[in-house]
Amino acid sequence: MKRARTGAIGFLLLVCLASGIAGLLAPSGYAHQFRDIPDAAPSRQHWLGTDDLGRDRFSRLLYGTRVSLLVAPAAALCSSLLAALIGGIAGFAGGWLQRLVMAATDLFLSLPWLFLLITVRALMPLNVAPLTSVVITFGLLGLLGWAAAARVICADARSLRNADFILLARASGVSGWRLLHRHLLPNLMPVVYAQFWLSIPVFILTEANLGILGLGVSEPLPSWGSLLRELESYSSITANPWQFAPLLLFIAVVSCFHLIVVDREIPA
Amino acid sequence: MKRKFFSSLLFVLLWLCSAAAQSPTQLRFCLHSEPKTFNPLLVEEDSSDTVRYLSGGVLVRLNRETQTLEPGLATAWKTSKDGRSITFTLRRGIKFSDGTPFSAEDVAYTVQQMMDPNLHSAVGDTFRSGEGKTETKILSPNKIAITFPAPVAGLDRLFDQVSMMSSKSPKREMAVLGPYYVAENKAGAYLILQRNPNYWKHDAAGRQLPYIDSVRLDIQQNRDLELLRLERGEIDLVNSIDAEYYEKLKSEKPVLAHDAGPSLDSEHIWFNQVPSAPVSDYKKAWFQSTNFRRAISESINREDLARIAFRGHARAAVGIVSPANQFWFNSKLQSHPFDQKSAMQRLQKDGFRLQDGVLHDSTGHEVEFSIITNAGNKYRERMATMIQQDLAGVGIKVNVVTLDFPSLIERITRTFNYEACLLGLVNTELDPASVMNVWVSSAENHQWNPSEKIPATAWEAEIDKLMRAQASTLDDHKRKQYFDRVQEVAWEQEPFIYLVTKNALSAVSPSVANAHPVVLRPQVFWNVDELKLTSEVAAKR
Repeated sequence: MKRARTGAIGFLLLVCLASGIAGLLAPSGYAHQFRDIPDAAPSRQHWLGTDDLGRDRFSRLLYGTRVSLLVAPAAALCSSLLAALIGGIAGFAGGWLQRLVMAATDLFLSLPWLFLLITVRALMPLNVAPLTSVVITFGLLGLLGWAAAARVICADARSLRNADFILLARASGVSGWRLLHRHLLPNLMPVVYAQFWLSIPVFILTEANLGILGLGVSEPLPSWGSLLRELESYSSITANPWQFAPLLLFIAVVSCFHLIVVDREIPA
Repeated sequence: MKRKFFSSLLFVLLWLCSAAAQSPTQLRFCLHSEPKTFNPLLVEEDSSDTVRYLSGGVLVRLNRETQTLEPGLATAWKTSKDGRSITFTLRRGIKFSDGTPFSAEDVAYTVQQMMDPNLHSAVGDTFRSGEGKTETKILSPNKIAITFPAPVAGLDRLFDQVSMMSSKSPKREMAVLGPYYVAENKAGAYLILQRNPNYWKHDAAGRQLPYIDSVRLDIQQNRDLELLRLERGEIDLVNSIDAEYYEKLKSEKPVLAHDAGPSLDSEHIWFNQVPSAPVSDYKKAWFQSTNFRRAISESINREDLARIAFRGHARAAVGIVSPANQFWFNSKLQSHPFDQKSAMQRLQKDGFRLQDGVLHDSTGHEVEFSIITNAGNKYRERMATMIQQDLAGVGIKVNVVTLDFPSLIERITRTFNYEACLLGLVNTELDPASVMNVWVSSAENHQWNPSEKIPATAWEAEIDKLMRAQASTLDDHKRKQYFDRVQEVAWEQEPFIYLVTKNALSAVSPSVANAHPVVLRPQVFWNVDELKLTSEVAAKR
């Protein structure tokens, strides 16, 4: 298992490094359209061929990985921290506070977020640079994606509150912030980690779906979401199997994240 | 014993052959949604329109291939000099599908129903050119005069959309005069249309049409499945397909794919010129400048848009009218060339200058604007991204924003909070009267500056004058002169920057004989009463 984890970390580092130096590795700019060769097959000049507008797929994959790997974990971190704070406090405090917070969470979960996001997009200014659109998209996801995780964390915090070691700590006179910080939070962390890693692929896919509604990363900046949208068309992927490259990379990266989490959760 | 066996076998084979030869033939294709109405006067969407076309009997029929009017239920018609009245002479001895006789009374009933403001008939709206009542006068059982309160441009052609209804039949709108009648409607699943036993039309040999006994319309929203079913032979045609599906079909089963050439549909971009729009004043000044619009137009490579975004199944657009519209297209006009040098010269005339690869206006503002289009339409998204790169060539920064359709419509019709918009026009009519609601400055669909109280510019005033002149003239050649000038003004001023004209793409099984896909709707089954199925297909079903 340790070997797998090391391999996963190595692979992730490699992907991060490759996307970090995309400017050096990419044979062309992510937006440059080679209009004479749209939908080209892989070649020495274009390792993954070109997309429907003649843009080099490999370059777009490198730049898109950079965007998604940078911003999706940031949004996942934001939502996981919010979830830990809200769910952890509610579960630990119990009583009316827990009921109140969970009722608010339920209400939050029941809101039609899709329509709310559409409204938010309608209110946003139109002249937004692609990079700003990335930050806005993932910022929204981070701020709105905490509720489901908060419920899980709250349930865990509630069971921990009644655990023997917490009772022992209370009996020893530990209370307040110290009890939370020293005893509860370290035991909540595996759940928070799990929620964090789970959120990353969810946010990446959500970004892909939002793109269809005009809420995703705007053109010409690529992201895994926009690259995965190419797979919408069954006809084109059967003809061009190399279009699976972003999906394979996405699966590999998410699997690596998962391996790291699983390994952390398994007691030595 | 042996002889007896062979003679029995021969008998069985002969019986099978004769059964196959006599088995009823059925044409099958898909509707993408359930028809909302069977009342031909209330048709507003594609599925109902298909049922109307297959079942409705019209006084005059526009031949989709020759683009000329042909007699239908009327053998002759005459429009009055003032363009307000039309007199039809009807065929004798015609019956509705349920056997009810057809007469001038039915025409009068249909017209009165259609023009009833309480019915809100979209077909009726095309005839409404002025306030007042429409009068019908039955001159004899087979002759009727219809008088409208004001002249109606292209009056006779408009009757191609008016399916006659029976005033007496207890079946009401289900009694029809077209080639088929609706025999079965399984909600959400399929419709069966059976051959109308009383259909009036016969072929040259005197055989009653239509040749095919029934039409099955399956409700199928998924276009992938529809194509798969066509390839499997489960359906016979797909009336309209997009460029990507066409390419796939062409590579897998080329015999099915048909490209009829440029259609009437175009894609265009326009700048927001609404004076009250929440857009910076300096940007409004750019958008209102003819030089700016022409420069943008010349900076866009239309040939590339057609070749890449539409896989070559589109042409660089010329203007208001597609070359597919044989009579009304102004053939003197050519598509605007891709010429960024000329574009820069035009921009310089307006005080724009290029600094470090970025275009600035005369007041020093960087030239940057957003183009909105509807999310999910990959062809428009592709075009917008290509335009983004083209305009970068003249130092203009474009932000592409894809919005859900309701938000987009809200922006272009109510709040006017946008800078440029990329959309398309679906044209079904050939006559210029159909674009009055776009090109007259007071019209709501005058999208760059809707509902102007008075024309904002001299060229808009000229277009108003010309459009009204063509609408009140009956002489088609005079009307064409006026409309040719409208096309020229629109070409010079480019309030709409026309990008591409899409090709009419369709798919038809080779088992359907007499199919000649055309550019006008319905592209494939416009001559449904003359279509035939090969005997193998008929035997299989």
